[in-house]
Amino acid sequence: MTELNPFVLFTASIFTSNMILANFLGMCSFIAVSKDIKTSLGLGQAVTFVLTFTTVINYFLYKYVLIPMNLEYLRYIVFIISIAAFVQLVEMIVERHLPVLHHALGIFLPLITVNCAILGVSLFMVIRRYSFIQSLAFGFGSGVGWTMAIVALAGLKKRLNESRVPKGLRGGGITLIITGLMALGFMGFSGMVQIS
Amino acid sequence: MNDIVSTIAIMSGITGFLAFLLTLAKRTVGDYGMVDITINGKKKLEVRGGDTLLSALSSEKIFIPSACGGKGTCGYCKLKVIEGGGAILPMEEGLISVEEIDAGVRLACQIKVKEPIKIEIPEDLFNVREYKAVVRKIEDITPKIKHLVLDILEGGEIDFKPGQYVQLVAPPYAESDESVQRAYSIASCPTDKNFIELIIGYVEGGVCTTYVHKYLKEGDSVSFNGPFGNFFYKDNDREMIMVAAGTGMAPILSILRAMKSSGIERRCLFFFGAKNRDDLFFMDKMQNLEESLFDFEFVPALSRIGPEDDWEGERGRVTEPLLKHLEHIENKEAYLCGSPVMIDAIVKLLIEKGMDEERIYYDKF
Ligand SMILES: Cc1cc2nc3c(=O)[nH]c(=O)nc-3n(C[C@H](O)[C@H](O)[C@H](O)COP(=O)(O)OP(=O)(O)OC[C@H]3O[C@@H](n4cnc5c(N)ncnc54)[C@H](O)[C@@H]3O)c2cc1C
Ligand code: FES
Repeated sequence: MTELNPFVLFTASIFTSNMILANFLGMCSFIAVSKDIKTSLGLGQAVTFVLTFTTVINYFLYKYVLIPMNLEYLRYIVFIISIAAFVQLVEMIVERHLPVLHHALGIFLPLITVNCAILGVSLFMVIRRYSFIQSLAFGFGSGVGWTMAIVALAGLKKRLNESRVPKGLRGGGITLIITGLMALGFMGFSGMVQIS
Repeated sequence: MNDIVSTIAIMSGITGFLAFLLTLAKRTVGDYGMVDITINGKKKLEVRGGDTLLSALSSEKIFIPSACGGKGTCGYCKLKVIEGGGAILPMEEGLISVEEIDAGVRLACQIKVKEPIKIEIPEDLFNVREYKAVVRKIEDITPKIKHLVLDILEGGEIDFKPGQYVQLVAPPYAESDESVQRAYSIASCPTDKNFIELIIGYVEGGVCTTYVHKYLKEGDSVSFNGPFGNFFYKDNDREMIMVAAGTGMAPILSILRAMKSSGIERRCLFFFGAKNRDDLFFMDKMQNLEESLFDFEFVPALSRIGPEDDWEGERGRVTEPLLKHLEHIENKEAYLCGSPVMIDAIVKLLIEKGMDEERIYYDKF
């Protein structure tokens, strides 16, 4: 896959290979924070930011530290540590400079650390042997795709507030059904490019 | 061998570098400089920003009750924030009612001091201090309850209202690796300022009570902070009805002792619930109070005693003798102390009988 054009990769990670709707990664915050469009957008931005930067950081760590030292097998722990440190850094910065966003995200900002989409992107980058530019495009695109999916879900949930959902399906149940339907919808794009 | 060393070196290098980066960020981005806390519109403190309000206050020796140690689960650390606390956090919503939110009530352990903040706390909390003490006496008064006398060290004196409690600190010990604080009502008289008495029951598997019952010995050092609580003696001339069970005796005893020492002349009835004779304690002290107080009557009621047993006092649950005395509710007030179930039942009963809710004071253990 190394010859994929970064722009194609970027688009594919938004539509055909969407982290949530095609890979089902990052579901917990996707379901929990999608109550309100503004908050979802905020979390989406934070995820995109963290995804892009941790992919880049992990790219360098992998290429320039782990490969030369023959320590590729340590990638899980190294990636996780670097993601955790980066999220902590972002939290401090957001808390200081964007208090409104910090408040809106509450406990979910630190939880990005364990958002599997973030680790997933770093691992896909390694498994699929992406170049630096490809990794950047893939990381950024995955973040944008994740944001799009969560904002779309928040929009749908808003409409749900006004509709009569059967009692047993309210909350998590209907959210999962909607996510499944969205995933089905997104399968329509899958003929365009395949990246995995 | 070499790869083991290099693996460890590389991992340490990466983690060390990230730790360095975070420390640097804490010093720069996380540094909020000095921030003012204004308390009750008059006292001003300057603290280092970035910390929780609870720890900022305790570092200035202002102690807010915090039974869960700042984990956001007990709801004891409530105070009013007039300005500068930011919006209410999701963690707080579970413990603060809608009316309280409107009144500005917040959890001190959850909000961070990042900008000048104005708060209101009860004046009494200024009186709260940390005390070091030594165990003068610790003895069993029933198979499950111990009586403790703690001598306050270094010329310290405690000022409290009869009925209030302290938070005893249990350090890490063989069966617990964290230090915890638990509330215990003071049983001694407020005029005795150099020591306090506590009555502590054993709770199966309880962190603090296991420490007290199995590890604490005479001569050991302990620390506690206090006094806290708004369950205390209210001065007026109404008839007093007191109800307690088990260790709930503690605050009531303190109130009775205070009444005796200041020569208060009020009619006062104390209903004490226990299962059997083994659960009764301090009967001599009660008898003594009956003789020396103005118009005091002690009514123990035993719930697990059979008809054939030799017991002349009240039988059954404590509510039964209580009901007998409640024909006329006028000009009475109630002091209750015991388990939440018992208190809820008695409060309901008193209200049904027509007692004004505002005249029912209680501490749920
Ligand atoms: C205002 C106030 C005053 C108090 N005064 C006294 C006092 O004078 N004397 C006294 O002995 N206690 C008093 N208590 C209770 C005391 O603070 C502790 O809760 C109690 O001693 C248990 O602490 P622990 O650390 O041993 O148990 P924990 O480690 O806190 O609890 C262990 C387990 O036991 C359960 N548990 C806790 N307390 C009880 C209980 N009472 N009965 C049954 N199960 C329980 C808990 O739910 C938990 O599952 C008072 C409490 C309050 C709020
Ligand atoms: S200290 Fe327990 S909730 Fe704040």
